Amino acid sequence: MILYRALLWLYPRSFREEYGGDMYAIFVRRWRLAPHAVNRGVLLVEAVVDALHNAPGAHLDILTQDLATAWRTIRRARALSVTVVIVTAVAIGATTAAFAVADHVLIRPLPYDEPARLVSIWQAGPGGGRLEASPANYRDWRDNARSFGRLAAFQSVSRNLVGIGEPVRIEGASVTGDLFRTLGGTPLIGRTMTSDDDRESSVPTVVISERLWRDRFASDPAAVGRAVTLDETTHVIIGVMPARFEFPSRLVDFWIPQVFRPQEYIYGNPFLHTVARLRRGVTREQADAEVRAIAGAVARTNAQADPRVSAMVVTLRDQVTPQARLLLWILVAAAASLLMIACTNLANLLLTRGFARQKELAVRAALGARRHRLLRQLFTENALLAIGGGAAGIGLAVIGIPTLVRLVPTTLPVAEAPAVDLRVLAVAITATFMSAIGFGLMPAWQISRQSDARALHDGARSGIGRRTARVRAALVVAQVSMSVLLLVGSGLLLRAMLKVQSTHPGFQTSGVLTLRTTLPVKKYESVSLRHQFFRRVLDGVQALPGVTSASYTTGLPIVDRAGIWVIRVPGAEGLPAERRLASLRFITPRFFETLQIPLRGGRDVADSDTQASQPVAVVSDSFARHYWPDQNALGRQFTVRGVNWTIVGIVGDVRVRGLEQPSEAQAYLPEQQMPDRGLSRYVPRDLVIKTNRPLEALIPAIRGIVASADQQQPISDIQPLADVIAADTAPRVAQVRVLGAFAAIAFFLAGIGLHGLLAYNVSQGAREIGVRMALGAERRTILRMVLQRGMQLALIGVLAGGIFAVVAGRWLQALLAGVSPTDFASFGGAVGLAFAMTVVGSLLPALKATRVDPLQVMRAD
Amino acid sequence: MAAHELSVDDLLPLQPATFHILMALADDDRHGYAVIQEIAARTDGAIRLSAATLYRSLQRMLEQGLIEETEDRPAPDQDDERRRYYRITKFGEAVARAEMRRLQELLRLARASGFAPRSAS
Repeated sequence: MILYRALLWLYPRSFREEYGGDMYAIFVRRWRLAPHAVNRGVLLVEAVVDALHNAPGAHLDILTQDLATAWRTIRRARALSVTVVIVTAVAIGATTAAFAVADHVLIRPLPYDEPARLVSIWQAGPGGGRLEASPANYRDWRDNARSFGRLAAFQSVSRNLVGIGEPVRIEGASVTGDLFRTLGGTPLIGRTMTSDDDRESSVPTVVISERLWRDRFASDPAAVGRAVTLDETTHVIIGVMPARFEFPSRLVDFWIPQVFRPQEYIYGNPFLHTVARLRRGVTREQADAEVRAIAGAVARTNAQADPRVSAMVVTLRDQVTPQARLLLWILVAAAASLLMIACTNLANLLLTRGFARQKELAVRAALGARRHRLLRQLFTENALLAIGGGAAGIGLAVIGIPTLVRLVPTTLPVAEAPAVDLRVLAVAITATFMSAIGFGLMPAWQISRQSDARALHDGARSGIGRRTARVRAALVVAQVSMSVLLLVGSGLLLRAMLKVQSTHPGFQTSGVLTLRTTLPVKKYESVSLRHQFFRRVLDGVQALPGVTSASYTTGLPIVDRAGIWVIRVPGAEGLPAERRLASLRFITPRFFETLQIPLRGGRDVADSDTQASQPVAVVSDSFARHYWPDQNALGRQFTVRGVNWTIVGIVGDVRVRGLEQPSEAQAYLPEQQMPDRGLSRYVPRDLVIKTNRPLEALIPAIRGIVASADQQQPISDIQPLADVIAADTAPRVAQVRVLGAFAAIAFFLAGIGLHGLLAYNVSQGAREIGVRMALGAERRTILRMVLQRGMQLALIGVLAGGIFAVVAGRWLQALLAGVSPTDFASFGGAVGLAFAMTVVGSLLPALKATRVDPLQVMRAD
Repeated sequence: MAAHELSVDDLLPLQPATFHILMALADDDRHGYAVIQEIAARTDGAIRLSAATLYRSLQRMLEQGLIEETEDRPAPDQDDERRRYYRITKFGEAVARAEMRRLQELLRLARASGFAPRSAS
């Protein structure tokens, strides 16, 4: 008997309450009539089967019925339904897209075997900063550390690929043989490298990317075994890596062996990155302690090693900069706030609609519908809207994700755009479900509570209980505060962006075209050969109509942030090494003229500065001030790699490290005074051209000029110099746009929410207003009354939002580029906007209130 | 789902359980258990509706307007206060007749195809 009662719980409540008693009575009667225990057993089994068969059916009956009713209701209130779906879609789309990107960059395991065990080892500078490893560091760690199962070193390189189609400059990595096994990458075809490949005596091999294989070899399996020429060196292709293998960055098209000759194992030449696989059971902390100990031991025994430099181990995933990480979390937080605002807004909207339907519901209640049935019906309606919004939201997310891709750091070895997969869909569905609960259940519950028989008698007037009114007001306050928070946040980021964008880079970008011709090291080992090439290109380019000047440099500012040397200056030897750094560039004449870097004194480098003449240098203002404050730096000397350079010119400072970071002082040396062999990294490769014609028009002519100087020389990275600056601030522009869009939507929704609440209050309070007016209240008093209510709510919201924003501002600080987290303009702007919104949102309902006709509302009673 | 929204044709063909219930209510108002017993008696025990099937059918039939609950009760000594009695409506009768015609037509076609002896008509 108890079992049967329990089985009844499987049925929908309404069905159970309606028929449970009768069903139970029938069961009891049959039970009593059953002659034997066996018959009773059969009866029980039948009852279980019956329940399992019919209970889901009974639920389905109700659902079908509710869905049909819901669909009719939704179609009847079409404008409202469309609004709900759109608002939900926007919020869910934003949340899903933000999550997809954050998940892609921060959470999802990297696409390698057991990625949690992958780490990289760095030198730890005196200030705790990460420095690349020198070959000797790599050797120390590889030979002495027991924490790592495998350890590999690599550096990013680029090579001219010649002989297969057009000559082209391709990006790749020079890697020690263990790299592939450390990461656990298996090739598409062929094999990967082993430790046999990085020996000096080995035949040079190369592993290529799927992309290169496709583009240059038409995905021909016979490509394996072919020889290709990369910068004059012949490499044999041994394998092709699948497209998902994007290490160390997604730009990589080939991997060649990194060979160390014995004499190259030195300290103080840091250019290597490392990746290592922790042994099973070894933690990052243990590995970190071990490499520190090794660094300490080496410093004690080896005079070459810098005792202030230690070592550190970071997980591969943590290579994402704290800024990028923070930015993505902010994005997710902003999207979640938006979702919350949307839900509260919709809850309010549906609550309003629900009260308007109160009479209908009361009638149904009077006809016998129980409260839980009404609740279920209302929830089905709202859930249906949420599902519609969720589906549309997923569509929006798919469209929106590509615009967020700029927020994916290029340094991370993952694909550029995250895919919308099951995991992302699960988040979208969860968000939908939460919205359904958030804006579906609450109003349904509130309304069904009211919809007892009382509502029928009292009519619409009883509509809003005091408690419900408080809930609704709280919802509006929450929306206002959230939107103030988002407004302040995007205001702060906007100010930071403007501040960064207004930073002068130290050079002019307008009318400057840049491109790169990276000369193969072996072919162009001697200065004279290189000079010949530069001369032919520069003479040709400068003869083009519209070109005012052109020059070659080692690397463009902002694009090339490396090339930092420790220099010696007589009298300044006592300064620590990190205060004697300079950014070194070899240039051809007219570089300063082309980039309009002001010449403060002395002269430019000249064609007459050759191997035969005295080594000369042009230095930046900050260089001169640093070593010779209050003195003339012209004629002074400094030493780099044993060469004494005499300063012949002083120019303005340039932001080599980008607009947001301080740069080392700059020193420019004449290209002809580079030593033959050695310093190959500094061979000028970036051509800058100042012109007064449209930039694109020049490109075909330049291609011809370069080809006539060297038929096999590829050109790469053609872009206006302005794009370099734009790229530097692109992540900021993207983040301001995204957060700004979120804030704008939130603000708009909050405005609608406030307006909706006040409008509803006015319609519900029409009788009270009518009485007041009948008693002689002036229209102005009524107007003030409604506006005051709006202002009250806005004030509480703004205060709360302001407090949140102060807290959030601290959190944002790392992204603010020096803008104060309590920046007055951002806060003032947000508060001003919030109040403006309040006035606009309140005005219509307030005016409507003044038009209430006392006679009419009294008569309606 | 009010009955006036439905026409007779909307409900055809009837589910067997529904048709049986309509037949059981054709001559008398009955409560749930009596409906089960009546159907079992009419079919010589071949069809014994389970309680859940019965009440799900009754619920749907009420909504469709095929039957209604009735206030008329039999003599108090035969009645249990808690029981609810069901009565076939005019609409229910019309639907049952339409179903019968549908089945007759089906039978006629089946005979024409030689599935059943013609003499039975």
